Amino acid sequence: MNTLLSIKNLHIGYGGIQAVKGIDLHVEQGELVTLIGANGAGKTTTLKAITGLLKPTQGAIDYAGKSIIGVPTYKVASEGLVLVPEGRGVFPGLTILENLQMGAYTRNDRTEIAFDIEHKFSLFPRLKERAKQTAGTLSGGEQQMLAISRALMARPNLLLLDEPSMGLAPIMVQKIFEVVRDVSKSGVTILLIEQNAKLALQISQRGYVMDGGVITLSGESKSLLDNPKVREAYLGEDVGA
Amino acid sequence: MDTFLQQLVNGLTLGCVYAVVALGYTMVYGIIQLINFAHGEVVMIGAMVAFSVITALAGSGLPPVAILLLSLLAAIPACMFVGFTVERIAYKPLRAAPRLAPLITAIGVSIILQHLALLIWGRNYITVPQIVPTQSYALTASANSATITNIQIAIIILSVGMMAGLIALVYKTRIGIAMRATSQNASVAGLMGINVNSVISFTFLIGAALGAVAGVMIGSYYGQAYYQMGFLLGLKAFSAAVLGGIGNLGGAVLGGILIGLIEAFGAGYMGDVTNVCTLNQYFPGFAGLCDANANSSLLGSNYKEVYAFVILILVLRFRPSGLLGERVSDRA
Ligand SMILES: Nc1ncnc2c1ncn2[C@@H]1O[C@H](COP(=O)(O)OP(=O)(O)OP(=O)(O)O)[C@@H](O)[C@H]1O
Ligand SMILES: [Mg+2]
Repeated sequence: MNTLLSIKNLHIGYGGIQAVKGIDLHVEQGELVTLIGANGAGKTTTLKAITGLLKPTQGAIDYAGKSIIGVPTYKVASEGLVLVPEGRGVFPGLTILENLQMGAYTRNDRTEIAFDIEHKFSLFPRLKERAKQTAGTLSGGEQQMLAISRALMARPNLLLLDEPSMGLAPIMVQKIFEVVRDVSKSGVTILLIEQNAKLALQISQRGYVMDGGVITLSGESKSLLDNPKVREAYLGEDVGA
Repeated sequence: MDTFLQQLVNGLTLGCVYAVVALGYTMVYGIIQLINFAHGEVVMIGAMVAFSVITALAGSGLPPVAILLLSLLAAIPACMFVGFTVERIAYKPLRAAPRLAPLITAIGVSIILQHLALLIWGRNYITVPQIVPTQSYALTASANSATITNIQIAIIILSVGMMAGLIALVYKTRIGIAMRATSQNASVAGLMGINVNSVISFTFLIGAALGAVAGVMIGSYYGQAYYQMGFLLGLKAFSAAVLGGIGNLGGAVLGGILIGLIEAFGAGYMGDVTNVCTLNQYFPGFAGLCDANANSSLLGSNYKEVYAFVILILVLRFRPSGLLGERVSDRA
C-alpha cells in the first residue's frame, strides 16, 4: 500500500501546555480512517498541526512522502490536503456559489470547475436552490453539506473532516455519514475525526482512539467496535465487566 | 446666487475624493481590522510626487494631458511601494499582537511618513504650475449661475470610475472573492489554498493606488500640497468610512459623499444661518452684535471642518455600526 499521511511521535503544545503528547498515526491511499475521542483529547490540535495552523514542538508529519512541517497552510492545501474545520467554517457573507468557487481556488481549469459545481448541486439540491444566497443563511446541516462540498471542489487527495456531525439533528447526522461514506467510495482518502464513535467506526476501515493527548487504542474498526473498553467509554454501553 | 447648486457641486467633488480615500481605510479595516492611520500620508505622498513631476515637466513642451498622466504614473507606483512596504515592515509582524499595538504603530508610521515628506519636499506649501487652465461652465441660464469647472468634472468622473472598478474587482473577480473570504475568516481562507499574506498585500496595494489618485485630485483641486495635508484629509476620510460603516465599501462611498456635502453646505449656509442680525430676529441678546457689524456670523466658513465631525458623532450615537454597517455579531 501507499502511505499518504504518516505521523510519528507528534507533540504539540499551546504555550507550555502539551495538548498532544507523542502520537503515531498513518493513513494509506484510499482508506477511510477515523480518529475518535472525548472533548479535549487533542483531535483538533492534531489536525491544526497537519494543516500548518500550529507548529508541532516535536515529531514528524509526512504527506505523500514529504515532510510538511513548516509548510504554510495555503501550500499544504494546494498539495491536495484539505481540512473541513470544526464548526464548518463556511464564509457566512459569501454566497453558496462563491463558497464553492473558493474551494476550487487552487485550480485553474474553468470548465472542470463549472462541471464540479454542477455535480455538487446535483448531490445537494438545497445548495443549488440557494446558490445566490449567503452561506450564513443556511441551517447547520446545510452549512456542513456546503463545507464538505467546498472542500471537495479542491479535488483533494486527502480530506480531513473535524467532527462533521457535531451539533446536528439525528436525521442530519445520518445523512452526513452517508455523504462521507460515498465520498470515500468515490476514491478520496479520508481522515474522519468524530465523537460519534459508533457511526464513525461503522463506516471506516481503521480507527484510532485518542485520550488526553495520546493514542490509547488503534486497529480495525470492526475489532474496535467489539472492544469492551471502546464499548464502555465511547459507545455508552454497559459491558457488565 | 444658486448657493444650493454651487455647494452641491463643490460638495460632490470633495465627497468623491473623500470617498476614494475612505475606500482605502475601509478595505484595510475589512481585511485585518486595522485602522491604517498612515493612509492619509499615502495620499499626501501621491500629491507630492505628482506635483514634483508636474513642476519638472511644466516647461518641457509636452502636452498638459501627457504631463498629468505621467504624474499619475509616477504617483501610483510610488504610493503602492509605500503602502506595501509599510504593511510588510510595520503591520505584518504585529498581526497576532493585541489590536492596540498595530494601531499605535500606524500612528507612528503616519508621523514618520510626514517627516520623510518634510525632508524631501520641505515645510512650505508647494503650489503647482497651472498647466491645464481652469474653465468654468455655467449650470443654469441665470446671470450669476452656479458653475462647474473642468477640474471638478474630471475629479467626479475619475472617482466614479475608480469606485465602480473597485466594486467590480471585489465582487466579480477571483481575487476579490478571496479578499472577502479572507476578511470573513482568514484561517479558513488559508485552508482553501488562499495565500492570505498575498491577499493582504494586494489590499494595501489597491488602497494605496486609490490614495495616490485621490492625492493628485485633491492637490489639483486646491492647487497646492504640503507635508501635513494628509492628516486632516485622512481623518475626514476615516470618519467617512466610520459614518458609512467601516469595512463596507458602499458605506465608504456614501460616507465620503455625505462628509463632502456636509462640509460644503456647512461652509455655504452656516454663515448666513448664524448671522448675528438673523439671530437677532429670533433670539434676544444679539442686537448689540448686529449693530456693531451686520455681516458677522457666529459660525463662519472657517468652521467648515467641524460639521462633518459633529454629524459623525450624532450618527454614531444612534447607529454605532455606521449607516450601512452590519451588526457586529454578523461578522464571523
Ligand atoms: N488555543 C488554545 N490555547 C490553549 N489550549 C488549547 C487551545 N486549544 C485547545 N487547547 C487545549 O488543548 C487540548 C486539546 O484540545 P483540542 O481542541 O485539540 O481537543 P479535541 O479533541 O478537538 O476536542 P473536541 O472534541 O472538544 O473538539 C484541550 O485540553 C484544550 O483545552
Ligand atoms: Mg475538536
